[in-house]
Amino acid sequence: MEERFAEGNVRIPAGCAISGFIHRDGRLSDGGAIITSIATMRERSNGLGGGFAGYGIYPEYKDHYALHLFYADKVVKRECESFLEERFDIINLSKIPVRKTPGVVDAPLIWRYFVRALPTRLAESQLDEDEYVSRCTFDINTHMKGAYVFSCGKNMGAFKAVGYPEDVGEFYRLDEYKAYSWIAHGRYPTNTPGWWGGAHPFCLLDMAVVHNGEISSYDANRRNMEMFGYKCNLQTDTEVITYIFDYLVRKRGLTLKEACAVIAAPFWHKIERMPEEERARAEYLRRNFSGLLITGPFSVILGYKGGLLAINDRLKLRSMVVGEYKNTTYIASEECAIRAVAPVLDRLYAPEGGEAVIAEVMR
Amino acid sequence: MEIYAKGMSCEQLNEAVRRCTDKRIDIRACNGQRFIACAGAGRSINVYGVAGNGAGAYMESGELRVYGNAQDALADTMGGGEIYVFGGCGDAAGYAMRGGEVYVRDNAGYRAGVHMKAYDKQFPVLVVGGRAGCFLGEYLAGGIIAVLDLHNEAAPLGEEAARGMHGGRIYVRGEVGVPLPECTAARRAEAEDMRLLEPYLRKFCAAFGGDVNALLADKFTVITPAENARAKRLYVSN
Repeated sequence: MEERFAEGNVRIPAGCAISGFIHRDGRLSDGGAIITSIATMRERSNGLGGGFAGYGIYPEYKDHYALHLFYADKVVKRECESFLEERFDIINLSKIPVRKTPGVVDAPLIWRYFVRALPTRLAESQLDEDEYVSRCTFDINTHMKGAYVFSCGKNMGAFKAVGYPEDVGEFYRLDEYKAYSWIAHGRYPTNTPGWWGGAHPFCLLDMAVVHNGEISSYDANRRNMEMFGYKCNLQTDTEVITYIFDYLVRKRGLTLKEACAVIAAPFWHKIERMPEEERARAEYLRRNFSGLLITGPFSVILGYKGGLLAINDRLKLRSMVVGEYKNTTYIASEECAIRAVAPVLDRLYAPEGGEAVIAEVMR
Repeated sequence: MEIYAKGMSCEQLNEAVRRCTDKRIDIRACNGQRFIACAGAGRSINVYGVAGNGAGAYMESGELRVYGNAQDALADTMGGGEIYVFGGCGDAAGYAMRGGEVYVRDNAGYRAGVHMKAYDKQFPVLVVGGRAGCFLGEYLAGGIIAVLDLHNEAAPLGEEAARGMHGGRIYVRGEVGVPLPECTAARRAEAEDMRLLEPYLRKFCAAFGGDVNALLADKFTVITPAENARAKRLYVSN
């Protein structure tokens, strides 16, 4: 890392913008609208990170994991590709197409692989395929210096860089992808210098998280997650939120609402006032997963297969509004980011602190 | 003067407002530009669309009317003048207000009226037509907050209302509906209390419609610092 970005050499004030929408009727739209939306909140970013995730963008490879990778150079790319070839059946690989954009410079090598686990290796590992892909991803991100998997879900993909989000969207040619849901982030980093891997969203398998805030429980959460094999490689708080959701939902089988009752658990004095059954449930979640309670300000949008989830910290120390128009649900840090793409809404509201808002594609 | 704000950055818009010498400015197609009427004095500014964060912050005098919603930090540290929002507002409206009046037709977000304070002729007033989110009037030191709950959507106040309140008054139409901290006392508003509130209810109804006499005849609860509140008279003489 360059000396000028070293800790203590640079002061970076707080901010961040998030936005997302989902067509609940499954309709697809290109990346134009999400870029317009996030660009409306330009003051909330400082050009040190922008990113997007789209769901439903790879229908032709929908049963394959789409691995998006950054490489520092060709040497590590060769090393990583041989790692992948030993473990996966790679049915397609290519550079991720980009457009030269003045606002996005110093790009690493950016590659995409559509893969399935090699059946023999998968059987040998005694893991399910999701866990297999997840472990390979952690392996690369932890041990292979200069290689970073920043997206590894099916029929979805993250696109992120250092720059303002609208430039990042232009750079990745998001107008050429069609998705039923999009999320976006404009970064204003507070604790770590901005670099490509540190931009949001943070992804693991189908989940992608964008976040505005600063988690004061980061170290407690990180240590707790490390016990379950999750390596936090970037020291940024958003990464751990992604892993917490993955752990609670994929590994422990909690519903998204229950996971939210863990990370933004109700205060004890509110739990005491709950009806008996609800209280027992809230107490169970709070006590059993106390190390995964997230404190400090946050507003988060979680993208997953077929849905978006939005949640604030329980004190609601960050702003977030939700808008609905016909079959589309919009979520953003500021109302203007919704109005920029949906001037007329059926409903606009601000969820309460700790209130999970879930919007899913209708089946 | 009329400013068409579509596509303008907040710097461009506010520079245009600053350069303008007209007493009245209409801002059309506004969408989230920040700091409109910030430190404004003696002018009437009408915003059509969404007023961005910090609208009317440090406002000294004059009038700001928002025909749409206002985002967060409306009237932050406002010192004087009047703000009317023909819609709702986001979080932290009226933070540390020390004068002026804010009228919000619909709901206010979290932390409205935190640490408002009054001194001498400086007397801040915040009237919310709908309901107010959690932490309303936290550390309230002076002035009046009124929550009218005219839309009957949910409880008029969120949790943690009036935490650390040690001055001023909070009026709520009907029952408070949430537990209040020990430092406060709540009672039914009497004629004397309503006389204090009346001029502001009149202005509210004049701007947004509604029958002020019916409103005045309604039952209101008034929250004040408790007699034995430890912080009472520590920061302000009330």
